[in-house]
Amino acid sequence: MVKQGVIPDELTGPFWEAANEGRLVIQNCTDCDRLQNPPQPNCGECGLGDSLEWKQMSGRGTIYNYCVVYDCPIRLLQEDQPYNLAVITLDEDPGIQMYSMLPGTPIDEVPVGGAVEVIFEATANGQKVPEWQVVDGT
Amino acid sequence: MTTIDAPESMYRSVEGLGVWEHRGKVAAVGVGHSPTARRWDGRPETTVGAGSIQSMRQAMDDAGVSPDQVDGLVIVPVTTTGAPWPEGSPVPMDIVNAFNPTDDPLDGIGQLSAEWLLKNMPELTNVKSMIHAPGCMSAAITVAAQAIGDGLANTYLVVKGWHNYEGRYNHGGISAADEVPGNYALGVGRSLWGPPGCYGTALQFAQYCTKYGKHHDMMAPFMRNSRRNGLMFPEGYWAQHRPEELPAEDYLTSRWIAKPANLFDNDIPIMCTAAYLFTTAERAQDMKQKPVYILGHASSRGRPRSLTPTLEEVEAETASTGRKIYESAGITADDLSFENMYDGFAQFHQFHIEGLGYRGMGFGDALDFYQTDISIEGPNPILPSGGNIGSGRSRFWMHTDSIQQLQGRAGARQVTGVKPEVTVSGGPMPLGGNFTVWSATPD
Repeated sequence: MVKQGVIPDELTGPFWEAANEGRLVIQNCTDCDRLQNPPQPNCGECGLGDSLEWKQMSGRGTIYNYCVVYDCPIRLLQEDQPYNLAVITLDEDPGIQMYSMLPGTPIDEVPVGGAVEVIFEATANGQKVPEWQVVDGT
Repeated sequence: MTTIDAPESMYRSVEGLGVWEHRGKVAAVGVGHSPTARRWDGRPETTVGAGSIQSMRQAMDDAGVSPDQVDGLVIVPVTTTGAPWPEGSPVPMDIVNAFNPTDDPLDGIGQLSAEWLLKNMPELTNVKSMIHAPGCMSAAITVAAQAIGDGLANTYLVVKGWHNYEGRYNHGGISAADEVPGNYALGVGRSLWGPPGCYGTALQFAQYCTKYGKHHDMMAPFMRNSRRNGLMFPEGYWAQHRPEELPAEDYLTSRWIAKPANLFDNDIPIMCTAAYLFTTAERAQDMKQKPVYILGHASSRGRPRSLTPTLEEVEAETASTGRKIYESAGITADDLSFENMYDGFAQFHQFHIEGLGYRGMGFGDALDFYQTDISIEGPNPILPSGGNIGSGRSRFWMHTDSIQQLQGRAGARQVTGVKPEVTVSGGPMPLGGNFTVWSATPD
């Protein structure tokens, strides 16, 4: 499935730059020692913006749960329906979520609670985006 | 006169505030509704503005209040179901000529302001307080109750309208683009992954089923009951336009939107407007309808840690909301005659009532409860209004029903298995909503 192309902006630029290099980075407040996703101009805990950094993650996570999308509002995705859409929690902090279509996992055969690892896929304009694959044996 | 945005101080959003200081001193009396429609048909008399005027006049007439006795308005200015006015399209001249405009040409057809209503309801000659409330009727009710209790005015019309244009909401604009900005791509909405509007709730429901060993099929009795109640709601969409029962087979064979949420688990967007007349308990004694007293109100301001609320975040928040509701009204779950919590999406109604501990239920109990007698004739009514599932997306049927039930004029929908004395209504979301406790008596 090819997702919409991405035009990096000031807030999220480092995330996309890292994705093109095959690295997953997540915003982190150095004052609070707290990760946050989606990216925000300020820390959701202390409200400060100048203590935010981009911290590299291990790229390992867990499937929280999932739905099978049959009626998606995004035009580019509609021809590939239905598709799995899972929420992944990061091993570094289970409070941090990312979406995943779980490429390679059959529709509606998602191992809830299973381990996943990050991969990077190209979107419609070539910008890479993190995706997640089930770890063999899960 | 200027319109104020309701300040956050009007809401009771934390625990520990004690009993509401105006408990039993504010009452709802009059109710008015516009007719419903699936979509706007382009006529001036069916705009959201015209419907609002119609419902406001009905509410005054219902209460036996003359327009000059209304001294306050609480309006929800946002009226969209999600479909925007076509960009660059002028407002048709028959619409322009039918109303007195404000500076915004879409006022009255794509939004609603207190100023527009005053310009088009010249009979409202004594309004001295105009407040805009965010979101939906649940917030407007909270604001009106607090405003009357605080003495900002004595008699408010509380108004919420919805417009629904042609087209599927959220399918145009950025959803149809080939490229999107980086922050949108990672955001909590549609993002690159395209979750439908019901995705977050469906995910919570999936986790609920995983955690408690439940199944989507167990929703069928609730859905059937909600549609049944809705068909006894003459003001509602399904009763007016499509008087069809929703048997389990129809529900369970409906197409998926985001499995485990199907078409019927999503409410249907419609055109509709409601208005209520609120006043002081003292003033309400002389009005045409029996007063329904507000014992308390509470609000949720919970936020998810990340992209979408987890089941665990939902349960923590609904439990907190339940405690705030009871604390505010000075009651317990045992005092509830019935419940009228929000349901649009159908799959989070159980989160609300489990948080309330309705009829003693705990987390994971609601779907089993749905398999018992939850009808209006039984001892444990669930959502007698039928909610959004029973009457279309308004987010106000549960409030109308609560008022009418306690006034004893809910018609065929009147609960008979319990004596209607105290109830709670509100929503919308488990994380982010406003809730009101209603009573047939002030104490």
